[in-house]
Amino acid sequence: MSEIVREELSYDVVIVGAGPAGLSTAIKLKQLNTELSVCILEKSSEVGAHILSGNVFETKALDELIPNWKDLDSPIKTDVRSEDFLFYTNNKSLKIPNFLLPKALQNHGNYIISLSNLCKWLGEFAENLGVEIFPGFAASKLIYDESNQVIGVQTGDMGLDKENNPKDNFEPGINIKGKVTVLSEGCRGHLGKEALKKFNLDKNNKSPQQYGIGFKEIWEISPENHSLGKVSHSVGWPLSNDIYGGSFCYHAENNQIYLGYVIGLDYKNPYLSPYDEFQQFKTHPDVKKLLQGGKRISYGARALIEGGLQSLPQMHMPGALLIGCDAGTLNMPKIKGSHTAMKSGIIAAEVIENHISKNEDLSSYEDKFKNSWVHKELHQARNVKPSFQWGLIPAMIFTGIDQKLFGGKLPFTLQHKHADHETLIPAKDAKKISYPKYDGVLTFDKPSSVYLSGTNHADDQPCHLLLNDKDLSTTYTIEEYDEPAQRYCPAGVYEVEFDEEIQKKVLKINSQNCIHCKTCDIKEPSQNIEWVTPEGGGGPIYSGT
Amino acid sequence: MKVLVAVKRVVDYKVQIRVKSDNSGVETQNVKMSVNPPDENAIEEAVKLKEQGLASETIAVSIGDEKSQDVLRTSMAMGIDKSILVKTQNTLEPLAVAKTLMKLIEKENPDLVLMGKQAIDDDSNQTGQILSALLKWPQGCFISNLKIEGNKVSISREIDEGIENLETRLPAVLTCDLRLNTPRFASLPNIMKAKKKPLDIIDIDSLGVDTTPRIKTLKVIEPPKRKAGVMVSDVKELVKKLKYEAKVI
Repeated sequence: MSEIVREELSYDVVIVGAGPAGLSTAIKLKQLNTELSVCILEKSSEVGAHILSGNVFETKALDELIPNWKDLDSPIKTDVRSEDFLFYTNNKSLKIPNFLLPKALQNHGNYIISLSNLCKWLGEFAENLGVEIFPGFAASKLIYDESNQVIGVQTGDMGLDKENNPKDNFEPGINIKGKVTVLSEGCRGHLGKEALKKFNLDKNNKSPQQYGIGFKEIWEISPENHSLGKVSHSVGWPLSNDIYGGSFCYHAENNQIYLGYVIGLDYKNPYLSPYDEFQQFKTHPDVKKLLQGGKRISYGARALIEGGLQSLPQMHMPGALLIGCDAGTLNMPKIKGSHTAMKSGIIAAEVIENHISKNEDLSSYEDKFKNSWVHKELHQARNVKPSFQWGLIPAMIFTGIDQKLFGGKLPFTLQHKHADHETLIPAKDAKKISYPKYDGVLTFDKPSSVYLSGTNHADDQPCHLLLNDKDLSTTYTIEEYDEPAQRYCPAGVYEVEFDEEIQKKVLKINSQNCIHCKTCDIKEPSQNIEWVTPEGGGGPIYSGT
Repeated sequence: MKVLVAVKRVVDYKVQIRVKSDNSGVETQNVKMSVNPPDENAIEEAVKLKEQGLASETIAVSIGDEKSQDVLRTSMAMGIDKSILVKTQNTLEPLAVAKTLMKLIEKENPDLVLMGKQAIDDDSNQTGQILSALLKWPQGCFISNLKIEGNKVSISREIDEGIENLETRLPAVLTCDLRLNTPRFASLPNIMKAKKKPLDIIDIDSLGVDTTPRIKTLKVIEPPKRKAGVMVSDVKELVKKLKYEAKVI
C-alpha cells in the first residue's frame, strides 16, 4: 500500500472510550472549563453499545458529578428494595442472613440500572456541554513524539480487505492529537495494554493483574415471578469450591431481570467452560422456577478486572492518563466498578485542568487518587479476592472476619500469586468436564446466544485477533491444553479443525463472532493472542445491558 | 441537475428486533437506529453524481421525529449538501410519504429523485413507484447501474432473467438496489463539517398533506419457531415420512 496521507485534528483532551470513566472525565472537564476542547472516540456504533454490566449502581460519584441528577430524566429508576445472598448446592439453596454479610455486599440505597443506558444518557449530557463524541471510530494506535510522550491516537483505517488492501470505500484513519490523552477503554483495553508495557506502569505492582469473565442475559419473566428492585447473588453450584465466581440476578423495570455469572479467570482446568457453567446454573431449581414462562432477550459477555489495589498500575504517563477499568479500579467484593471508574475520571479531569491551565505535572494524579474515597474503598477491599486461592469456604470465613470484624483494616495484604494465563494445568493432568446438552428453553448454544448480542463485523476485513506466532497454537495450546480458547471464548470465535493436508489439528478463528470481551487476550496460556481493534462500528450492539 | 434523496431512519440491520410484549409493534426504545441501507446507496450515488460534476446540488429529506436529524447528519457527512426534516410524530404509510415528498419536490424542483428500493422495517417497496405516478415522472426501480448523459438516463436492473437495461429521461424517480455501489464511510473530518451544513426542519402540518393512515395494525407477532429437524436413516424412510406425516407427496 502506498504511503497514506492522514488528516489531523487537534483537541485539548482526547479520550478513548465512552464508558463511565471517559464520559465522567469529559463532563467534569467541561464543568471546570467550558473553553477546553474535548473529544471522545468510541469503537462501538453508538455510545453504550459495547457496555455490558450487572449493574447495581452506587451513585456516590454521580452525586459529585451531576448533583441534580435526580431532577433530570436519567435512566436510574429502580432502587434496591430487597436482597439475598445464597449458597447453592445442585438442588438446594441456603440463604445467608443479611446481618452476616459484609457491608460491601449490602445494597440499600443503590439502584438497579442498565449501564449501557446510563452511558447513553451521560453521552447526551456530555454532548450538551460541548463534548464531541465520535461513535464508530476505534482508536487503533497511540502516537508519540520524539521524546516518547503520548500526543494522541490514530483512528483505525476503514475499508481494508482481509489482506490489508484498500477497498473501494477505503477511508484512512486520522491522527487525533491532544495535549492530554485519556485511556478509558475498560478492562484490558488494547491501547492501555500497550501503554502499560511501553511505560512499564506496573513495575511497582505487588501482584499481577487478575481478571474475570462476566456473562449477562436479560430475561423478560412472568409478572408473578418478578419482584422489582430485588437483588440476589449466589456462590456455589455449579462451580466447584476452588473456582472464584458466582451469580447475580437483578429485577429491573418492565418485568426484566438481569441474570448473570462471573467467573475468575484464574481457574486451572483447561476443560472448564465458563459459558457452560453459566448455562448450567440456570437449570438450578430456584432459577428454573424464576425463568419459567420467561423469554431471553439479550446476551453478552465481557472480561472484568479483579486485581484491586495490589494490581493497580501507575495511572499517569507522559502525555496520558490510564483510568477506570483500563487501569483496574473495580471494587471486587462490592462487585461494582462503575462508581469507582467515574470517580477516577473525575479526578483525571481535575488533574488535566490543572495540567493545561497551571502546567501541573500529570503525576499529581497518583496523590489525588490516593487521597480519594476510591483508594480507601479499594484498600478495604484488597484482601477479599486473594483469599479465594484457599477455596470458597475458608475464603468466605476469612472475608467475614476481614470485612465484618476488621472493616478491611487487617494489618497485612494478601497477594495474587499468578497471572491468569499462568494458571492452566496441562490437559493430560486435568479432569474432563461434561456439560449437559442445551435445552433451548433455559440453556442455549453459543451461536444462538451470539445472535442475540447483535455482533457484526464487515466480513472482508483484516482479522482483529492476531496470533503473535502463527504456528504456536497448533503445536502448543492445542496439544498441551486441548485448546482452551474453544471453551473460554463466550462467542464461539475459536474452533479446532483437523487439517487433512498437514494431518494436524489447527485453530480456526471466526473473528466476525467476537463480542469484544478480551478474554482470549487475557487467558491464552502463551499470551499468543493479541486483541486489536477491528473496523470501527463493528462488534456487539448491546442495548439495555 | 438538482438531486433529492429520500432517507429513512430505521432500526439498524444488525439489531435483533423484538416484538413488544403488548404485541403493538416492534421494540424501538433504546434500540440502535440507522440510515435505511438501500437509502445509503442512494446517498452514495447522489454524492458520486456531484463529484462527477453532473449534479449541482444534493438534498437529503427525511420524514420523522426530531431524532431523524441523525440520519440527515450522516447523509451530509457522506457528502450531501443540505437537508430537510419533515417533522411528524406519526408513522407514515408509503402513500403519505410520497405525497409529502411531492410537496417538497414542488418547492425544491429537483431533476432527479433517488431513494432506496425499500425500507428494511416495513419492506413496503411502494414509495418510489407511488411518487413517480403522482408526479407523472418516469420511474426506474431496483437500479444496479446508473448513467446520465444530458437528459438521458440509462439504468440497469436485476430481474429474474438477468439484467434489464432501460433508458428514460429526466426528471425521474429512481429507487436503488444494494448492488448499485458501495456506500462510503463518513470520515471524522466530514462528520464535523456536516454539523455545520444546513438542516431545515419543517412541520408536516405546514405542507397540508393528508397523512391519515389507511391501514390498521391489529397485532404484531413473532414468526413461529422452526421445529427441530429429524435425521432419517434412508430414502425409504424419507419417502414414508413425506407421504404419511408431512403429506406432501
